[in-house]
Amino acid sequence: MNLNATIIGQIFAFFLFVWFCQKLVWPPIVKALEERQKKIADGLDAADRASRDLEQAQARAAELLKEAKANSAGIIDQANKRANQIIDEAKEKAREEGARIKAGAQAEIEQQINQAREQLRQQVAALAVAGAEKILERSVDQNAHAELLKKLAASL
Amino acid sequence: MAEHVTESTEAPAYATGGEYVQHHLGFLTYGKRPDGTWGIAHTEQEAADMGFWSIHLDTMGISLVLGLVFIGIFRSVAKKATSGVPGGLQNVIELLFDLVQSSLKTSFHGKTDYVAPLALTIFVWILFMNLMDLVPVDLIPLAAQAIAGDHHLYFKAVPTTDVNITIGMSLSVFILILYYSIKNKGVGGFLGELAFHPFGKAALPLNLVMEVPAFLAKPVSLALRLFGNLFAGEVIFLVIALLGYWQFPLHFAWAVFHLLVIPLQAYLFMMLTIVYLNQAHQHH
Repeated sequence: MNLNATIIGQIFAFFLFVWFCQKLVWPPIVKALEERQKKIADGLDAADRASRDLEQAQARAAELLKEAKANSAGIIDQANKRANQIIDEAKEKAREEGARIKAGAQAEIEQQINQAREQLRQQVAALAVAGAEKILERSVDQNAHAELLKKLAASL
Repeated sequence: MAEHVTESTEAPAYATGGEYVQHHLGFLTYGKRPDGTWGIAHTEQEAADMGFWSIHLDTMGISLVLGLVFIGIFRSVAKKATSGVPGGLQNVIELLFDLVQSSLKTSFHGKTDYVAPLALTIFVWILFMNLMDLVPVDLIPLAAQAIAGDHHLYFKAVPTTDVNITIGMSLSVFILILYYSIKNKGVGGFLGELAFHPFGKAALPLNLVMEVPAFLAKPVSLALRLFGNLFAGEVIFLVIALLGYWQFPLHFAWAVFHLLVIPLQAYLFMMLTIVYLNQAHQHH
């Protein structure tokens, strides 16, 4: 076991390699490691935030859904009401129209009856005059007996 | 040994198993020969005679190559490091970063700008050097001998089985302990810690007797723990290599056991460095 200058050589080599390691090796790898640590931390943070956001979004969605349901129920209610109203209005209109048509028809019938009656009355008057003329065999002064004839016709 | 499987016709025949093991524990030493020329030692005695100003080309070279492999691999990953989904190699490296960072979190209280890359370098580099122990014991020496054309060449492939390498690392850590102690506590504070603890100012000599050896023992224990574990493992591998065909199951079994020791020793060296440097940052 000889002690010799190999010791000194090894000391120089030692400090040389430590220096190389400190300058060339350690910083880039530690930087990469720290960056990765930060990335992972950020990732976990983001995941936390995302899950919180998701919860909020779900709550908001549920709220919106509830609102929408309420809205739609209101709209359906309104629509039903409106439909009933329209049906009622239509019924009312139909009834009125029917009544109007009936009234018109009745008026016409009334008018025709009156017309027929008037005609009949005139004919009866003429017939009565003709008959009376024949019975009396003389001409009757129509003007003189107009009052009488009118009374006769009204009584028919 | 005649039945030694790694033996080829060109390789030197070892007279005894002891000689085989002994040869594999020699280093490729470069230094000043007795005749005044510089060159490679051919015997262990020659290597020992070169004294302090010689260098182990094998362990030093492999240590440098493995350090460069470490920096090369990690740099290539660092250049395309992504904060997105990491690829295969980046996954492995991030695992190591996590290991270092969690060790620092529990054991180090202070700025980690320098200590973190230091700990990573120590762990990975020592791990790589220890892993050389799992390369079959004769493979690299035989390759080196073939390349050099010298069948008697000494070549040791596992840097951490060279006490010079482990002392070099632990002395580096010791220099850092001294530097940070003085930087954080001042010279007075640092010496005061050695002199006035644990028994107060009245027992100054006793304090020094207790604290100074404890302080100096840090780099020694750090170096010898790593060296001892790996050296022992290496010797066992070498002894197993002497057993003919029985070496295959035994090598496997010992390698499996050693698979625990290799990362454990690298981790221990790193952990103790962190703890020592933490003490250098703490005021008592």
